[in-house]
Amino acid sequence: MHPNKWLLFLGCAIPYRVSSYEISARKVLAKLDVELVEMPEFNCCGLPLNPVSHETMMILAAKNLAIAEQQNLNILTLCPGCAITLKKVNKTLNEDQTQKNKINHHLKKATLEYKGTTQTKHLLQFLKENVGIEKIKTTIIHPLTNLKVAEHNGCHILRPKKLITFDDPEDPQTLKTLIEATGATCLDYTDKTQCCGAPSVGINDKIALQLAHNKLSHIKQVNAQALITICPFCHIMYDTNELRIEKTFNEVYGIPILHYPQLLGLAMGIAPSMLAFEELRVNAQKITQQFAMQGTKDHE
Amino acid sequence: MTQPMSPQGKERPIKASEIDPNFKYELQKIHGLENFLHCFQCGTCTSDCPVARFSDNYRPRTLIHMAQLGLKNQVLTSDTLWLCAACFTCTDRCPQNVDVAKAIQVFCNLAAENGYMPQLFRDQAQNLIETSYIYKIPEVRIKKRETQGLPPLPKNNPNTIKKLLKNIKFFKHIQQQTPQQLLGENKNASQ
Repeated sequence: MHPNKWLLFLGCAIPYRVSSYEISARKVLAKLDVELVEMPEFNCCGLPLNPVSHETMMILAAKNLAIAEQQNLNILTLCPGCAITLKKVNKTLNEDQTQKNKINHHLKKATLEYKGTTQTKHLLQFLKENVGIEKIKTTIIHPLTNLKVAEHNGCHILRPKKLITFDDPEDPQTLKTLIEATGATCLDYTDKTQCCGAPSVGINDKIALQLAHNKLSHIKQVNAQALITICPFCHIMYDTNELRIEKTFNEVYGIPILHYPQLLGLAMGIAPSMLAFEELRVNAQKITQQFAMQGTKDHE
Repeated sequence: MTQPMSPQGKERPIKASEIDPNFKYELQKIHGLENFLHCFQCGTCTSDCPVARFSDNYRPRTLIHMAQLGLKNQVLTSDTLWLCAACFTCTDRCPQNVDVAKAIQVFCNLAAENGYMPQLFRDQAQNLIETSYIYKIPEVRIKKRETQGLPPLPKNNPNTIKKLLKNIKFFKHIQQQTPQQLLGENKNASQ
């Protein structure tokens, strides 16, 4: 396996409606000398259909893993749901020969075979373990001093804990450390590790919006200037729905929701236009004007 | 026991004929649910559940209890099952090491096998078969990638997915069965 070459797995939500995450992630990864290779073919990781068919989820995930194995490369995902699913299926099939045979029996129909040689990491784990905080710090030319933000890890980056090796689900540190590396302050708030509500959208929107509203109100309480996410679904939940939440609960938040790579990119001196800031629904101009005034032109 | 899952909020006695005494043993055989009977109803799952906090009737502890008692039919036709956000907080915090989230997922899988599931999943399954993704990514989005400086999405062959999933029980159901109405399902609320 090539240490600096990774297969980028996009999943469904990012190409569907969160291209700002993909654009900004590709920009910062290039600055960090990470070479991304496109998946030659991929399908849904399987997670969304796990509630209705565990077997379908296993086959979909194993197919993606088998395609990555053919490339002899490890997988990097931007979506925590994709990462935890590919990790889980990899672990299950590696430990259970009967299951592995069963899944391979299915994959044979597409002349594919799962061997179990590829590992998967989400961007957060990748930045911590493969790039390293020290290297990230060397790329910061415009520290975001005086910017106070809140973090939202989301569920699948931290839970279930038996699949998480790089952080503590009850007291996560990785995202906080990565935020602090940009020079910004990461504020603590109530219910920090709680779900955003996105999985309930389409099943019971009222509950989904209440969950997001609950979190946004805690974030507002600590006067965070922005919320930093690392998951396309959490981002949709807060950014796309913020106006709807404000209307439903008669509240005003106006909290911009940034993908972590957008925050990092600003600190690296990349121009906001190159980081797809204009695609955010909640206006983030206050932040881009304040923190991207100097040092951006030369680095576009 | 009362019936918190009753959609009309009506309580009535449970008949012995409604109970499937083997249900709990069937569940215990499923990989991940070996500890299922260790649940002693402490309620950690429900008190830590972010959805239960805002739902009047989604209670993971109650669903586990009902399954232990053999109320299979009521568990599998309940619309509240589908509110689980799969955040795994219950699984991580259960003092008896019961994988509560796995139990809910198994209930949902069994319900789906019998044709009970929210429309959302039928739509996503259909999209998957047609496009390899659970969403139909609009053509404008795919074209816009070029102007955004993004590489094109790979050309997938949807027939591969069809071939792989042809014999899966769930997909056979999607194509053959008419949707079953979930207990208490409010079409307006679930939109």
